[in-house]
Amino acid sequence: MSAPTLTTDTRPDPSAPGSALTQRRSRPGEVAFRLAMQACLVIAFGVLAALLAWVLVKGWNRLDSRLWTEMPTGLVSRLDGAGVQSALVGTLWIISLVAVICLPIGILSAIYLEEYADNTRWYNRLLELNIQNLAGVPSIIFGILGLGIIARTLGLGFTIITAAIVLSLLVLPVVIIASREAIRAVPQSIRQASYALGASKWQTVYRQVLPSAVPGIATGSILALSRAIGEAAPLIVLGAVTFITFNPDGLDSRYTALPIQIYTFITRSQAEYTELAAGAIVLLLAIVLAMNSIAIFVRNRFEKRW
Amino acid sequence: MTYQPLHRRSPHDSEVTTVNHPDTTTRPGVNIAGTGAQRTGMRQPDVAAPVMELSGVSVYYGEYEAVRGTSMPIQEKQITAMIGPSGCGKSTILRSLNRMNDLIPGARVAGSVTYHGQDLYAKDVDPIEVRRRIGMVFQKPNPFPKSIYDNVAYGPRVTGMKVANMDDLVEKALRDAALWDEVKDKLKTSGLALSGGQQQRLCIARTIAVRPEIILMDEPCSALDPIATAKIEDLMFELSDNYTIVIVTHNMQQAARVSHYTAFFTAEVDERQERHGRLVEFSQTGKLFTNPADKRTEDYITGRFG
Repeated sequence: MSAPTLTTDTRPDPSAPGSALTQRRSRPGEVAFRLAMQACLVIAFGVLAALLAWVLVKGWNRLDSRLWTEMPTGLVSRLDGAGVQSALVGTLWIISLVAVICLPIGILSAIYLEEYADNTRWYNRLLELNIQNLAGVPSIIFGILGLGIIARTLGLGFTIITAAIVLSLLVLPVVIIASREAIRAVPQSIRQASYALGASKWQTVYRQVLPSAVPGIATGSILALSRAIGEAAPLIVLGAVTFITFNPDGLDSRYTALPIQIYTFITRSQAEYTELAAGAIVLLLAIVLAMNSIAIFVRNRFEKRW
Repeated sequence: MTYQPLHRRSPHDSEVTTVNHPDTTTRPGVNIAGTGAQRTGMRQPDVAAPVMELSGVSVYYGEYEAVRGTSMPIQEKQITAMIGPSGCGKSTILRSLNRMNDLIPGARVAGSVTYHGQDLYAKDVDPIEVRRRIGMVFQKPNPFPKSIYDNVAYGPRVTGMKVANMDDLVEKALRDAALWDEVKDKLKTSGLALSGGQQQRLCIARTIAVRPEIILMDEPCSALDPIATAKIEDLMFELSDNYTIVIVTHNMQQAARVSHYTAFFTAEVDERQERHGRLVEFSQTGKLFTNPADKRTEDYITGRFG
């Protein structure tokens, strides 16, 4: 058998008809796929924009300082001078507490799982599996668990600390998963360089891995917190009071929160309540948007390029 | 990443620290200020007791025996090169010399690696202490995402070296790595902003800043252009006045140019079609390249295989 030869006659003849580079065949598949993707984008953005427009129009008359300077009321006659201050303060309390409880636990867990845990051991693999599953548990389940264990068995009652603990548990898996991703993204070569200089495990983690992972951890954590802000379901069973006319003043204080307040306003039939609810929705969206902006800023500003 | 120490030890029990070198920072033999002026040309390999000795070293990854039965000495203040085709286990053997293999899950070393007569894999040996004595430079330059100054100061800081003046130490290390003149005006800029060759010299500076006795280099020039390679080779040659150097290289000419001793490894296929690295020949570089004892060495260095 003769050896295969590569000769020029396998090349297309540039002078043959139909071989000009400028000639363009239409590619129907290509066009259809691009149109489909654009349609999806339009649907997603369209629905969001419609929702936003609806709440802005509805709540336009209530978008002023009354929202955060005045207390909610149960009396329609007093609605003109009402706001959602107690709910706003309750939400800020809860979210601060969630950050304090959830971030250290979540980040340290992620460090353990990524840097220390021997994932050939069955108990570490079980832990990982459970964390993934916990991220998918409906929030109302966390609320019921919190009601049974934290509010009743531990006796913390329907207080702001109970709400904060339950919401912390709810977003903990998200914080852990996001932090693990950030830690895993730090190149192995950095760890090796540190070990080769005689650094210990903790020195390597603390002085090399964590500083490089902080932008990713911060981004994931902020997004997790903004999810916690919007949660209403667990708070419903945890006794978030529908109308309170005082701000929380301690961990054992009764409370309400923005999503709960919106829910109770909107279930009332009077149009004035719907209007106030729309105003509160805009306020809640503004807080979430601000937090997400911070997350994006942190990511862009401090992200490491390797 | 999972870190499995092969042996556990109590932190206060450091045999390596006390037996041979009570104090690394004041070890008389190692003059970190040594410069090119002291260069005296290629010394004749001496026949003193080797600083390290491998006998019957096999390295396993899980059940797989990556390298089997390696025995060779590492002579003090000499450059020992390890050459051979890809997959012959030369980098694996190199990493077993300062217990970097500990960082690979499932890696295990059989046989004995001694350093000044002590078994590096004895139960009471602290791998961190080993790596302080036996530093490592990697294939791809891997400066920390920190300033040039902090890159060099990192080792002394984490190892708790008593440093009278960190500025002086950083300057000396950078001078010894032939990098000072290029970076002295930008010590606060990121190490990642340097060129590849400069980054690799920064990694060498960072390694000698902790005053190791031995420097392991894993293909330190394979990511560099010929000019940067020549600079690193000159540097290795100068460093061999004060340091014992072991270098893994794909480049036979490099081994012939810089080393005093050469070990030739190759990969053997066993009856189960598994490849195992094996040391074929170890001798003085001149002899190995001009008058190899083994046919396989001759085939490799004359380009008939590999």
